[in-house]
Amino acid sequence: MLKSLLKEQQTSRRGFLLGASGTAAALVVGFRPSVAPLAAGDAEAVHNPFVKITPDNKVTVVAKHFETGQGTSTGLSTLVAEELDADWDQVLVEWAPADAKVYNNLHWGAFQGTGGSSAIANSFMQYRKAGAAARDILVRAAAGAWKLPASDIKVEKGRLIHDASGQSASFGEMVPHAAGLQAVEEPVLKDPAKFELIGKAIPRKDTPAKTTGQAVFAMDVRVPDMITAVIQRPPKFGAKVASFDAAEALKVRGVIDVKAVGSGVAIYARNTWAAIKGRDALSVEWDEAEAETRGSEEIFAEYEALAKQPGAIARQDGDVGTALAQASKKVSATFRFPYLAHTPMEPLNCVIRSEAQSAEVWTGSQFPTIEQGVTAAILGLKPEEVTIHTVYAGGSFGRRATPNADYVAEAAMVAKAIDGRAPVHLVWTREDDVKGGFYRPLNLHRVEAGIDGEGQPSAWHQRIVGQSILAGTPFEGFLIKDGIDATSVEGAQNLAYDVPNITVDLHSPKVGVPVLWWRAVGHTHTGYSTEVIVDMLAEAAGQDPVAYRLKQMKNHPRHAGVLKLAAEKANWGGDLPEGWARGVAVHESFNSYVAQVAEVAIEEGGGIKVKRIVCAVDCGLAVNPDVVVAQMESGIIYGLGTAIRNAITLDGGEVDQDNFPDYEPLRISETPEIEVHIVNSTEAPTGVGEPGTPPVAPAVANAIYAAMGKRIFTLPFSESGIEFA
Amino acid sequence: MYELKINGETRSVDVDGDTPLLWVIRDELNLTGTKFGCGVAACGACTVHVDGAPTRSCQLAIEDAAGVEVTTIEGLNSPVAEAVQAAWQEMDVPQCGYCQSGQIMQAVGLLSENPKPSDEDIDDSMAGNICRCGTYVRIRGAIHKAAGKLEI
Repeated sequence: MLKSLLKEQQTSRRGFLLGASGTAAALVVGFRPSVAPLAAGDAEAVHNPFVKITPDNKVTVVAKHFETGQGTSTGLSTLVAEELDADWDQVLVEWAPADAKVYNNLHWGAFQGTGGSSAIANSFMQYRKAGAAARDILVRAAAGAWKLPASDIKVEKGRLIHDASGQSASFGEMVPHAAGLQAVEEPVLKDPAKFELIGKAIPRKDTPAKTTGQAVFAMDVRVPDMITAVIQRPPKFGAKVASFDAAEALKVRGVIDVKAVGSGVAIYARNTWAAIKGRDALSVEWDEAEAETRGSEEIFAEYEALAKQPGAIARQDGDVGTALAQASKKVSATFRFPYLAHTPMEPLNCVIRSEAQSAEVWTGSQFPTIEQGVTAAILGLKPEEVTIHTVYAGGSFGRRATPNADYVAEAAMVAKAIDGRAPVHLVWTREDDVKGGFYRPLNLHRVEAGIDGEGQPSAWHQRIVGQSILAGTPFEGFLIKDGIDATSVEGAQNLAYDVPNITVDLHSPKVGVPVLWWRAVGHTHTGYSTEVIVDMLAEAAGQDPVAYRLKQMKNHPRHAGVLKLAAEKANWGGDLPEGWARGVAVHESFNSYVAQVAEVAIEEGGGIKVKRIVCAVDCGLAVNPDVVVAQMESGIIYGLGTAIRNAITLDGGEVDQDNFPDYEPLRISETPEIEVHIVNSTEAPTGVGEPGTPPVAPAVANAIYAAMGKRIFTLPFSESGIEFA
Repeated sequence: MYELKINGETRSVDVDGDTPLLWVIRDELNLTGTKFGCGVAACGACTVHVDGAPTRSCQLAIEDAAGVEVTTIEGLNSPVAEAVQAAWQEMDVPQCGYCQSGQIMQAVGLLSENPKPSDEDIDDSMAGNICRCGTYVRIRGAIHKAAGKLEI
């Protein structure tokens, strides 16, 4: 979510090094994007490698990005294994410790974190070079052992081979011979035409553990003597504990203690069920003096009033006022987008062990740098005294990428409140998650657009009203410029259609509801409003929606490429059964381009059923095409369920929803057929975790319009009176 | 003290009678393959087999589990389970993976009753299991694939 925004701080020099990893017989290759090259054996680098080859012939790739299902552990391993010519079966993955000097996201400067669909994009060269450097050392080790020229030694599927002499060895066998060899600064990389793993649908590394119940998520971490805590948080955002009565809670069998912590009142218990029961028995008085007390309706009404006033200018080309006045036809709409919760499948949780001079944290860590720093600050430690153990994350969709480390910070406060006398597992229930804030901001867009006498778009005025995600966070300085939060206008500010007169302006009102990036961030609303308006312009011009879009995309060939591919594969314009209709949308996010054609049908009884989504994606070189397909399927299903019926609404400042029954994700029985086509590309790889989400809602909305003549401006669709069969 | 027959063993647990089976399995017996997702039987992440039938363990109190046989993902051991897990692996179904124990327990239950389910049968049986990563297309495919394996 940050990729396109945070200033790219590519490093200029890299030092490769080789050293011992504590045991003399391990070959460790890593490099760090620092200014000064490191000497071999430098302690920091030794403990921060990207690849580790051990005498047992295992190749361990150290992943600097967490795995939340988006396939990064497989992708990063593929990059190393490709250049190393490793056998895919000998490759293992482990997670990097928190260390922003070594494991930073190269798109984000000195910051270790995953997000913005950037994991493979920023690591592509880094992990390939790590693999290539390791291969080079192994070849030279074999050359030394066999007293043969390195140039005569080849590497195939994890074996070093000298054809002429018939000698061969495994990587593991050559590890002892590599001691003392220095890694080269710039190893030779493969010609992409010779890739054997990159570009192939090789099996994911995490699948076996995830089909046998063996994969360890934070929820499954068990530390000796660990107790469990849940927190009673206030019903309104911004309220504080005034007083509490723990007497009844302490009577619950298994409850150990009750303490006020920063975000509420923590109940400590011998197990999760006792903690939950203890919380039910707890009585808390809240101080709501600073609480947010508005409801969604009131917020929308205020936003609507704001939308009548000019906002901060995000983009201004030409003279939109005059162009609108002179337009041959105009379309306009006010779009309403609700707050949205991420609801990852694994409720948020974190295990922490706090001791006098150190702490350990177990979590599916998306922002290790922040989680380490915040935990250290709360516990009065230095960041390096806090160890972050990254484990599998049970979904995130942005929720775990919090600029204030929210639930990890809570765990630290919970541990501190009992002076670290036992390791604590802080568990959020699903209700805590749904009611807990950090939502996709509620947004209102007012769009007016016009066409000229030939039907070409001549004017586009888009006014966006929505809370800033970045204001008040450490990212503010990077990403808010001239009053414009880039994440509020992305996707509208850089509209892919050529319109000579365009204004995009923004209001960023303050609301006391915590907000956060939600799978594709600003694109989740801008992708919708822009693609519905373009559809309306095509209709006003009397032209086909695909042909019309293509005509305005002369400067955006990759948008046009996916649009043509999706239309062709969906047989756009071809016959459909009675009651069926198609709609289309195309949108770029995080430098990946996605077009989707939706087919919907009006079922008996009048309900709509989404029958099929045909998706085309251009993400540059697809490192693992099957993972790309999976991420498109995932983004489509996530976006579709949300568009159909999901909203977090507030009434008097309190969240109305509390669990899946009233914030219900798409179910298998509602899932359309999905077909994904990947554009063949030799461009550098870009992300796929998020870009599949934005086009699905407008594609379906445009199909619903084609089917029943109703435009949808208020989301979710259920709020616009659309029934689904 | 309650006795529980689980994965072929009899275990004793010292908990209150209203403790859901889910928390007995996870917190007392440390069998963490069974997941907590919602606590209200709306997501299926906690699905186990009770006397062979897929059951939401968050809704079964330990005091009501006397005499039943419970199987968790760790205790799966049947040709149907093998076929399902193999199909899941061949199709790389999981993404984050958190819901997949529940999905697999439900799918094994389905195929044990109905060895050749249609898409509609699959939708009917699996609709109670939420996957936030949206692996549904592959779940459908993997259940068909597992059915194919069992036919041979």
